[in-house]
Amino acid sequence: MSTIQARSTEDSRTVTMTVNGTRHERTVAVRLLLSDFLRHELGLTGTHVGCEHGVCGCCTVQIDGRAARSCLALAVQCEGADVRTVESLAADDGTLHPVQQAFHEKHALQCGFCTPGFLMASEELVRTVPGLADMPEEEIREALSGNLCRCTGYTNIVDAVRLAAQRTQGTEG
Amino acid sequence: MATRTFGESVLRNEDDRLLRGNGRYVDDIEAYGALHVAFVRSTFAHARIAGVDVEEAKAQPGVVAVYTCDDIGHLDQDLPLLIPHPAMTHPRTQRPLAREEVHHVGQAIAMVVAESRYEAEDAAERVVVDYEPLPVVVDLERAGAAGSPLVHDDVPGNVACHLVQVSGDPDDAFARAEHVFRARFVVERSAGHPMETRGCLARWDSHSRELTLWDSTQASISIRGGLASLFSLPENKVRVIAPDTGGGFGTKVFFFHPDEVLVPFAAMALGRPVKYIEDRSEHFVASNQERKQIHDVEVAATKDGEILGLRDTFLHDTGAFIPYGIAVAQVASTSLPGPYRIPNLHVEFKAIYTNTTTVSPYRGCGRPHACFVMERTMDLLAQELGIDRMEIRRRNLIASDEFPYTRENMVFADGLPVTLDSGDYVRALDTVLEAIGYDEFRAEQERARAEGRWIGLGLACYVEGTGLGPYEGAHVQVQSVTGKVLVSTGLTSQGQGHETVFAQIAADQLGVDPSDVQVITGDTGAFEWGVATFASRAAVVSGNAVGKAALEVREKIIDMASNMLEAAVEDIDIAEGRIFVRGSEDRHVTLKQVATVANPLRYAFDQDAQAATQFAPAFEDVGGPPLPDGRVPGLEARSYYSPPHATWASGVHAAIVEVDMDSLEVSFLKYVLVHDCGKMINPAIVEGQVMGGVAQGVGGALYEKLEYDAEGQLRNASFMDFLIPYATEVPRVELHHLETPSPLNPLGMKGVGEAGAIPVPALTASAVTDALRPLGIEIDHAPLLPGELHRLLAAAGALG
Repeated sequence: MSTIQARSTEDSRTVTMTVNGTRHERTVAVRLLLSDFLRHELGLTGTHVGCEHGVCGCCTVQIDGRAARSCLALAVQCEGADVRTVESLAADDGTLHPVQQAFHEKHALQCGFCTPGFLMASEELVRTVPGLADMPEEEIREALSGNLCRCTGYTNIVDAVRLAAQRTQGTEG
Repeated sequence: MATRTFGESVLRNEDDRLLRGNGRYVDDIEAYGALHVAFVRSTFAHARIAGVDVEEAKAQPGVVAVYTCDDIGHLDQDLPLLIPHPAMTHPRTQRPLAREEVHHVGQAIAMVVAESRYEAEDAAERVVVDYEPLPVVVDLERAGAAGSPLVHDDVPGNVACHLVQVSGDPDDAFARAEHVFRARFVVERSAGHPMETRGCLARWDSHSRELTLWDSTQASISIRGGLASLFSLPENKVRVIAPDTGGGFGTKVFFFHPDEVLVPFAAMALGRPVKYIEDRSEHFVASNQERKQIHDVEVAATKDGEILGLRDTFLHDTGAFIPYGIAVAQVASTSLPGPYRIPNLHVEFKAIYTNTTTVSPYRGCGRPHACFVMERTMDLLAQELGIDRMEIRRRNLIASDEFPYTRENMVFADGLPVTLDSGDYVRALDTVLEAIGYDEFRAEQERARAEGRWIGLGLACYVEGTGLGPYEGAHVQVQSVTGKVLVSTGLTSQGQGHETVFAQIAADQLGVDPSDVQVITGDTGAFEWGVATFASRAAVVSGNAVGKAALEVREKIIDMASNMLEAAVEDIDIAEGRIFVRGSEDRHVTLKQVATVANPLRYAFDQDAQAATQFAPAFEDVGGPPLPDGRVPGLEARSYYSPPHATWASGVHAAIVEVDMDSLEVSFLKYVLVHDCGKMINPAIVEGQVMGGVAQGVGGALYEKLEYDAEGQLRNASFMDFLIPYATEVPRVELHHLETPSPLNPLGMKGVGEAGAIPVPALTASAVTDALRPLGIEIDHAPLLPGELHRLLAAAGALG
């Protein structure tokens, strides 16, 4: 997908949103997908597009703290929203987020294309689900069932999410 | 002595950028002024094209050009037949843009180039194609039968290729047999579906007359060669870069998909960069697929269950074209007997055209089909003779003292006879049977049945010919100013961890940490000799090349350090970035210092370089020129590895499944496997490859079937309808390593990339058949969709 300028022939609108803590005001075509806005207007190419029909989860970002498919949202729908992408996860000093670190240690990524989507979905789980670290495996799998991965076979992802939960929720022995 | 990292689960070098969202996949690469492409694709599976009207499309906002076959000059030709074979009597390949006739839904007819993809797609909708529908054939058996509509009107019977391979004396085996039976097995159409679709970006520099193509391909060097040929450019003026690539699974080893020639063409014609990123809907109909075969087997056995001979006649669906040759069918036919002796074989196939998307290898490449046929056959034979399923396998497995085991006249995809080089198949079987609890399972199954639960145990053995030639190469360099180690290979990477495993191999020789080794793959500007990443060959073929080159560099380092430290070569060792005299380790130089000294007439950029001058020169000929005759500057070596023939990995998978008799869903209760890929560079990465393969195998076993209707329309062309397993469908796997080193290569390795995917459909069918044994059904189809199971149960009168 490409940058789409607000051409005279296109119905356009000004949208203001906060992305990774920075406020952006842009005039964009109303049909511009949020995924294309992030990738090609703002240059945040960490958000990937795998199916463009809302099934694979590669394009998962967080809108106001909740995981959301950026290929199913229009940029103009995010007026006033707080949007977070994978680029926001690591700390300012470069330290990986515990979810990122756990994915690294557990070999929970191979080609890396689905990884940003999994990370954004997993970060919400780790942040919002109490007792995630001790949850039965099938429940963690269910919680991750909004995202497809064609490389890993998922088990290492499940283990990484549990490890990140243990570390951030303070249950790691 | 240096820490050896070969065999250690070193964490991956490539992870950091990928985790931070700093990966660079093709669509992440921005080129100034780039234009964007949308294709007009056939909506008919077979039609004559009476006309293509592009005038309205050309007038749309943002449109720069619209191309049909009339506008692409010399590219309006049949694309290359990549791998010819004498048995392929009627090869047909696709043109970049269809001329006069389309042969499958999704075939490209016109290409729109516009300022944005949105505008390109708007305009593509305004291209008017006048179709005159022609008869369509989708069903494989019908396509291969007399009187079928023809996919290509000059290909009689739709037969692209007819190949017969005979090993031993099958007629004699059938004459001697005490028990003979026949069976039919069907494997359905599927596809690789990497999470990143295909795509490319081309830039033409009219000043240097140099074409650069960023392409999500598995075969950058091969594509460079093809483009140089098609565009009459010297190879050095074509650079192909496969950047971070989001999975491949074979779909991306095929070339040329039409965009791979048309996008460079447009960039050259228009003088601006041009990008095309396939969307998922296009991937479903325009990127290559695999798997559909129908096998009719005939088995000759003794009463004790020894298989004397096997005849298999199968139809292979090659789709509308056969540009990649017969690799899939050939690998299926030669993998058929798997790990079993079966000394007498007659294997015969026809590759048949249908009005469906073109077929080329997808992870497994014929092996899942072969395994399905052989393992279902083993189960049937056991049942017919009243012998235990596992015992009958044990009686036929090649014993560990029978290697090398050659199947005369069975020519594998490398053009050489199948020669199984090593393994311990019986031990693998016994290990899995113990781990899955085979002996205890019957009682467990009886208890479950008493509770109204339907559980069953299935098992499958497989072999995988891996590490095919012809060759790969590597360049290893210790850079002269910074001392940093650089490894370049001709391979590409789609997630296999090459940046880590090749770093480990080089690091062990050079005494550095793997994280300090930079590995370049996929860039013809960095290394231009080799073939591609496919057929589970990267670690074996490139890994051994890296090992050889790194060893050469190590010898140079030791040679130079012996001059610098004025010590004998035999007394020099390398560890942790230092080269020292054994026994007096304060006499040492750093790798960086050797690298600096190895480049005479240096500038002293830093203190290390200044310090290096206190040592004797790197070259012994003191008093002659700084670079003596016969010497080359720097610490580097280029080496190649060419395997004598494929090396055969192997394994055994087993699972206990439960069938929900209301929904007819099948779920895995336990999954155990043993795999043997010889010596492992990095066990964690090996396990990742195997587990990922199992997940794809689960898809092939239970979910993934591309459903074409009779008119050639793909009815489930989305992830909503074509079901790839999520985390909820894939079981946790209990994984056991068995390492029988390959005798064929210095590092003792066998490939592992495809292994996991091979046995899953076979063992799933076995397990479900076992679970439902009281109902008397046999699973002979993969995948086992609920509808298929319903059909079988209804036919058996078992639905109540």
